[in-house]
Amino acid sequence: MSILSVNHVCYTYSPNTPFVTTAVKDVSFSVNKGEIFGIIGHTGSGKSTLLQLLNGLLKPTSGQILLNGTDIWEKPKEIRKIRSHIGLVFQYPEYQLFEETVLADISFGPKNMGLNEEQAKEAALRAAETMGVQEELLNQSPFDLSGGEKRRVAIAGVMAMEPEIIVFDEPTAGLDPIGRETVLSALMQYRADHNATVILVSHSMEDMALICDHIMVMNSGENVMLDTVPGIFRQAERLSEIGLAVPYVTSVLLGLKKKGLPVSTDCFTVDEAVHELLRLAGKEADHA
Amino acid sequence: MDTIIELKDVSFDYHDERAHHILDHFNLTIQRGSFTVILGHNGSGKSTLAKLFNGLYKPSAGQVLVDGMATDDEQYQLEIKRRVGLVFQNPDNQLVSSVVEEDVAFGPENLGLEPQETRQRVDEALKIVGMYEKRFSAPHNLSGGQKQRIAIAGILAMKPECIVLDEPTAMLDPVGRREVLSAITRLNREYGITILLITHFMEEAEPADRVLVLNNGVVTADATPSDLFSEIDLLREAGLTVPQTTLILDKLRQNGIPAAKGVISVDACVDEVYRLLHANPS
Repeated sequence: MSILSVNHVCYTYSPNTPFVTTAVKDVSFSVNKGEIFGIIGHTGSGKSTLLQLLNGLLKPTSGQILLNGTDIWEKPKEIRKIRSHIGLVFQYPEYQLFEETVLADISFGPKNMGLNEEQAKEAALRAAETMGVQEELLNQSPFDLSGGEKRRVAIAGVMAMEPEIIVFDEPTAGLDPIGRETVLSALMQYRADHNATVILVSHSMEDMALICDHIMVMNSGENVMLDTVPGIFRQAERLSEIGLAVPYVTSVLLGLKKKGLPVSTDCFTVDEAVHELLRLAGKEADHA
Repeated sequence: MDTIIELKDVSFDYHDERAHHILDHFNLTIQRGSFTVILGHNGSGKSTLAKLFNGLYKPSAGQVLVDGMATDDEQYQLEIKRRVGLVFQNPDNQLVSSVVEEDVAFGPENLGLEPQETRQRVDEALKIVGMYEKRFSAPHNLSGGQKQRIAIAGILAMKPECIVLDEPTAMLDPVGRREVLSAITRLNREYGITILLITHFMEEAEPADRVLVLNNGVVTADATPSDLFSEIDLLREAGLTVPQTTLILDKLRQNGIPAAKGVISVDACVDEVYRLLHANPS
């Protein structure tokens, strides 16, 4: 069942000026409840503009965005309410931390939604736990934390509003490998705990292959491909033409096929690739 | 090879409540013409180190020497910054002009060069990073990878001996990452520029001749890429991983296939798997 439908949405910056730019062109897609929906595209392809349209920070120049069947702009004065249903985590969200303590920062969103002190604190503590923000950090200033900790606190601030749909713009950019794994597994945990839907923009094809149900590819503001993970990453040449790539493991298998090995190239994660190579070697996987 | 940068017993702290030193009695020597990659988890001290290399930060104790000149000696400030250029993560924060070639000219113009010399340096720098065709474009109309290459050209036009890059590809798409990495590699191989590359992408260590792993301000590994990526457990302890290519071969090894350790590039991984499976087809 689709929770979010985007119908023929366009967005134009600076209309009626010499600087007019159409960043999103006639984009349509729908997102199923409970799925992880990935968006990939080269820098400048319109991904970030689209995300801002999804939670009502920008209003479509034309077209509609339906949340559970209702246009989010039906009552323009109530657009802020949409943000408690569709939460947006910006790129580098740690630059937006501002409160005196970590706990106050995470509670800000739920308080703003009208929850009382106690309820807001409970929601904040739940979000802090999901994001692995340790208890001893809660009373510290967010500015004394490390980069990775700040990122997790900032994400917890959006999660504390417990939105049905949570939208992430490159949540792992600039994090070390363990930091990336922590954020991605927290995002899966949030989805499981709240039966939530996740929309995710990332430049890491490897991460996308691992966690997404569907992936949409944007190029020059348009939706040019929308498919399952195999459906997208089977099209190595087309992806490369638009500035993207297949995961490293898939490149390895494509290289082997080119050399004449009868290998399936339908592998997009390390485990899938190892499984396929062991099959080819005539072995069962003991430790895949 | 001779030494270009030397850190002698360097300590550094941010003069605030954080009690610990970011770096404590730290020693490091960088050879001229080398390509060094620095890996480490967030908060390991990598970016602090980057800013110490050209005197943007001064050591709290000890000395940082660039070609023998101490970075905390006022008289060498300009010369050190000309010799050691810094490139940061976000290309949008590094571009100052609305035309590409003017942006690249900003540095050499500030050196007080003749206009003709500046012109020549700008053209040459843009050609080296493959952006000469875009010299009249506006930076905001370029892709992230292109913008980052413009930032690198701006440093190149100063004719540096060494370029320090702090996660230059963190915000880029896969093609942008490849473009920037190949530009960096060319600067080292063809122009002999010393490269210090800080990154969280393990694959980017492949072209380096030396990889340092930094953990809480201490170098915990100093090896060639291929030796380092043979030590998967050591990397995990430092909060790092190995590239997917290395991981595939490791898992094949766990299943009794004698795959080589420390393979990084996709091509080398393809060759290794082909060697293993082709020799013994089922």
